[in-house]
Amino acid sequence: MSDARTFGTDAHPSPRLRGEGRDDLVVGAASPKGDGEGGAVGGAFSGELPHPRLPPLFADDDVGKTLSPQAGRGDAAYNFAYLDEGTKRMIRRALLKAVAVPGYQVPFASREMPMPYGWGTGGVQVTAAILGRSDVLKVIDQGADDTTNAVSIRRFFAKTAGIATTTRTGEATVIQTRHRIPETPLTEGQTLVYQVPIPEPLRFLEPRETETRQMHALAEYGLMHVKLYEDISRHGHIATTYAYPVEVAGRYVMDPSPTPKFDNPKMDDCPALQLFGAGRERRIYAVPPYTRVRSLDFEDHPFTVQSFDRPCALCGAEGHYLDEVVTDDAGGRMFICSDTDACETRREGAQ
Amino acid sequence: MLRAGFRDPVHESQGVFRAVLDALARPGTIHAIPARLDPPAPLTPELAAIALALTDGDTPVWLDPALAAGHDVAAYLRFHTGAPTTADPARAAFALVREAERCPPLADFAAGTPAYPDTSTTLVLALDRIEAGPGLRLTGPGIRGAAELALAPLPPGWPAALRENHAGFPLGVDILLAAPGRLAGLPRSTAVEG
Repeated sequence: MSDARTFGTDAHPSPRLRGEGRDDLVVGAASPKGDGEGGAVGGAFSGELPHPRLPPLFADDDVGKTLSPQAGRGDAAYNFAYLDEGTKRMIRRALLKAVAVPGYQVPFASREMPMPYGWGTGGVQVTAAILGRSDVLKVIDQGADDTTNAVSIRRFFAKTAGIATTTRTGEATVIQTRHRIPETPLTEGQTLVYQVPIPEPLRFLEPRETETRQMHALAEYGLMHVKLYEDISRHGHIATTYAYPVEVAGRYVMDPSPTPKFDNPKMDDCPALQLFGAGRERRIYAVPPYTRVRSLDFEDHPFTVQSFDRPCALCGAEGHYLDEVVTDDAGGRMFICSDTDACETRREGAQ
Repeated sequence: MLRAGFRDPVHESQGVFRAVLDALARPGTIHAIPARLDPPAPLTPELAAIALALTDGDTPVWLDPALAAGHDVAAYLRFHTGAPTTADPARAAFALVREAERCPPLADFAAGTPAYPDTSTTLVLALDRIEAGPGLRLTGPGIRGAAELALAPLPPGWPAALRENHAGFPLGVDILLAAPGRLAGLPRSTAVEG
């Protein structure tokens, strides 16, 4: 627009007609959308660009080195492990308080992550805040290393932090999980990071955060016992099978994330540090190693875990948590170990 | 002249944080703290490393009289962290104490509120010596059975003050103990005898 006085007046229309010079409006020309969606439709892009395109802006290499001398080791231009240092410090401070008050949900300023809520944004932020160059990361979705969520988070950190990843529980120093606890017993050198959707165990009993916060402050957990009692009166047993509430170190009632109750006993007196991150709900909490984690129950209805009436169809082992897999459209199905690493290890051992 | 901060801020602060996290998650264990800093006296390299790794504009820092006396320490921390200093220990997110034998009563610091116990002060104490051995007997979350920790110098009123701090759980201060090259944690969840 060379002449400001003519702007927006009918008497002096813009010298540039609508659509003029835009090749993409011409039938048959490809849309200049780039490599992604639509890029291939209509054949290769051959026409001239609609606007003269400036060369991409890169910071001068020397300036870049000065600003972030050691940032990242991966092949991408991110800070190490994606998050900026200020965000990491904020998350780290929340983690320290979470460890000091086991089971208490520490609010934190959760960031938008390059993945939708529900895909583990809380766990990813916790992992990003604790990861160091020498860490070896394992990510599981339920028990599996090879499903979309697990693969993409593992690749996310391989790319943004350049760290080593593994599917072997024994080799990992940091394990991010949604939501199972690996069968291979965890050790003192390991940290388990849980992805948590709803961190508040009382949320479905009391929707107001102001109230649940008071209930935790007063250790007023009668409502949770009423809920478990109602289960018994309706079903004859406690029907909660996942996200089964636990009491941590004799004080806070905590949601162990939607881990099957089969795994609850593994949280008790665990040698590894357990950290929980809820991205959308903006809460971080923790269970230190060797901490009493008690699943809530009644004297006459003690806590029990699920049992399976068959062995794993792949490794043949009994007493493990099984997934049902539909194998065809004729009702065929098989039951296999949910923990893929433990199952593979058993099969390798049998060979 | 202003002394340098971390040479590699990203990875050095991560290393310091992991040592602090391990120390608080496993009270009674002693951790190596990578502190290659050369801060202005009387600030110790360990206190400086913890401050540079964890404090920023969101965390008011309280300095004990020994650290606050000289202008250098406050200027060093302000330049490298941007953290505001406060004269009121009850408003501090972090408190740096150089002279443990003159440490104020733990009740002077923020203990958090029943709804938000995370709003308590983290106390960072410089000590001469931290050893595993007869002294304080620790039990609680993070400790397999019991642990023993010998500290020198022992701040005034300890270990009774630590028992009192633990009695207020979930309120209370969390304490980091930093001797040359060594770090230990005493979170409020730890029960102390001895």
